[in-house]
Amino acid sequence: MSVTSRNGDAVLEASNLTKIYGSGHTEVVAVRDATLNVARGEIVALLGPSGAGKSTLLTLIGMILSPNTGRIVIGGETVFDHHRAQVNVRRFRRQHLGFVFQKANLIPFLTAVENVRLAMEINDQSSRAAKRRAMELLNYLGVGERADHLPSKLSGGEQQRVAVARALANHPSLILADEPTAALDSVRGRQVMELFCKVAHEQNAGVIVVTHDHRALDVFDRTLEMEDGKLRDAVTTSGRES
Amino acid sequence: MNLASRDIRHNFGRFVLTTIGLGLLLMLVMGMGGIYRGLVQEATLLVDRIDTDVWVVQKDTRGPFAEISRIPASLEDRIRAVPGVLSSRAFVSTTIQRERNRQPLRITVQGLSWPEDKGQWLPLVAGRALGQAHYEMIADESLKLPIGARVKLAKDTYTVVGLTRGMSSPSGDSMAFFTLHDSQAIQFDLSGEAVRLERAARYGRARQIDLGRSQPQVIERSLGPSSAIPALGPPAISAVLVKVRPGVDPNQVQSIIAKWPDVSVYSSDGQRDLLVSGIVDRSRRQLGLFRILLIIVSAIIMALILYTLTLDKLHDIAMLKLMGARNSVILGLIMQQAVLLGALAYIVAYIIGQWVFPWFPRRVVIIPEDLWMLAAVVAGISVLASVLGIAKALSVEPNEVLA
Repeated sequence: MSVTSRNGDAVLEASNLTKIYGSGHTEVVAVRDATLNVARGEIVALLGPSGAGKSTLLTLIGMILSPNTGRIVIGGETVFDHHRAQVNVRRFRRQHLGFVFQKANLIPFLTAVENVRLAMEINDQSSRAAKRRAMELLNYLGVGERADHLPSKLSGGEQQRVAVARALANHPSLILADEPTAALDSVRGRQVMELFCKVAHEQNAGVIVVTHDHRALDVFDRTLEMEDGKLRDAVTTSGRES
Repeated sequence: MNLASRDIRHNFGRFVLTTIGLGLLLMLVMGMGGIYRGLVQEATLLVDRIDTDVWVVQKDTRGPFAEISRIPASLEDRIRAVPGVLSSRAFVSTTIQRERNRQPLRITVQGLSWPEDKGQWLPLVAGRALGQAHYEMIADESLKLPIGARVKLAKDTYTVVGLTRGMSSPSGDSMAFFTLHDSQAIQFDLSGEAVRLERAARYGRARQIDLGRSQPQVIERSLGPSSAIPALGPPAISAVLVKVRPGVDPNQVQSIIAKWPDVSVYSSDGQRDLLVSGIVDRSRRQLGLFRILLIIVSAIIMALILYTLTLDKLHDIAMLKLMGARNSVILGLIMQQAVLLGALAYIVAYIIGQWVFPWFPRRVVIIPEDLWMLAAVVAGISVLASVLGIAKALSVEPNEVLA
């Protein structure tokens, strides 16, 4: 099953990804022969019912789990092929990937700005440069005035914006978001989706968003659907072809 | 950015309580070492202070501290005649327990050979040395007897004229110093009835022997005081302390006296070794084992604390891994907390110890060498204790963030 970008400048080229959990009678095929390309500056929605394999596909692309078969190329660099990672996974993740999840997953003992700084400091950026960029990002995402607050003092929407800032910190070429608006109301959910759209277009990063929220699909450049581990193009309710 | 300090700041109350708890445990470890040092110091205090070269005691005994020693008082004069001897003085040591103000009063009575020895070598913190042959005493301040206090011992009343600090016997009892005769009077005190019964028994024995029957004066003498009977002699003493002349090798004098068949002779170092290897050795081993157990317990508790602290952070650690943090970042987070916990607990142990140890009933001596050694041990167990938490942290998968 192949789903490719219209744009030739692909940030992600994933081909023939298959992920199987368990073996024998308990074997479950979570992702079945999925092929997916995403261009720079493109934001892609990944839809599908629960258990369809969306999150698993995202973890395969994010090198959190290893696929059983397939090949992944990110930013022109082959990161997974021949059943094994071809790069230092953690180094590659911190340098090229950004993650946002349903929960913000901020480190609870760090302030908002420190959470963003941390992502840069573990990527060997100087503390001063990291702090400057962290503040820029928080201001860009509209939570600059909350920079010195701990996550427990931030609202869900603010936390998610900080998580987005953290994902953007190291200028990732690909951002992976797994149901980032699930815990937010529709207004805040749409704001976050528009934020991803803005980030994709202004930062020239590829963005894949797993979502159940059909109300904000108009912000996406393309919409994909997964069912029973199979990936395919989708036609949205707004009638916009993906 | 230092993650460990940020985490501690966030959980400050818990960290402080944990540090205090661990600090109290380490204070016990520190105290055990101090108690051992105190035992050695108490055991050897008198030997180190008394300023003598050779100790003469009863044959084949390890007296007068490690074992009872009884030698005739006349030995003092016999030793004075040995070539190279500058002075000899009798020494009596015995422990008594009396009651004062309805409280038990345990005293190790030390007899000084007046007038040669007035106790001028003692570390006096108040008052003076003995100034007369009878009825004066120098007491350790731990006996809580002020200068001028009058204490009735045996049939006489003694006045405290001087106070020492830190003078206690190997068994931990506070010392008091008297003239030799006074100390013997205290040691060999008998009630009037006991004296009368002894005289009656003596009279009975004298009547049964030919000498008694043929010499009425013997029977008459048997009814009088013991000091009037030449055959009975003066009371025994515990030891004779020998000071050699300047330039004379104490070993030379020791070897001469050692040839006498009725005494054993020890140098000051030998006497010290007897005390340390005899009286203190078992206590030392017991305290040592207890100390090792406490260190193991501390290490286990510390490991559990660090493990629990790590468990609380597993989700954050998974997130760090997902963000691509190196293992060194995660190791640093746990290890720095472990070392900081150990270091602060050590400081807490030291500070509380300085306040608490003086209240212990027996001496607790903390020396820099022991403090350094414990610091190294604490550093070691801090690192070891963090291993469990580190192993758990390293086993966390980044996909646990999604759970």
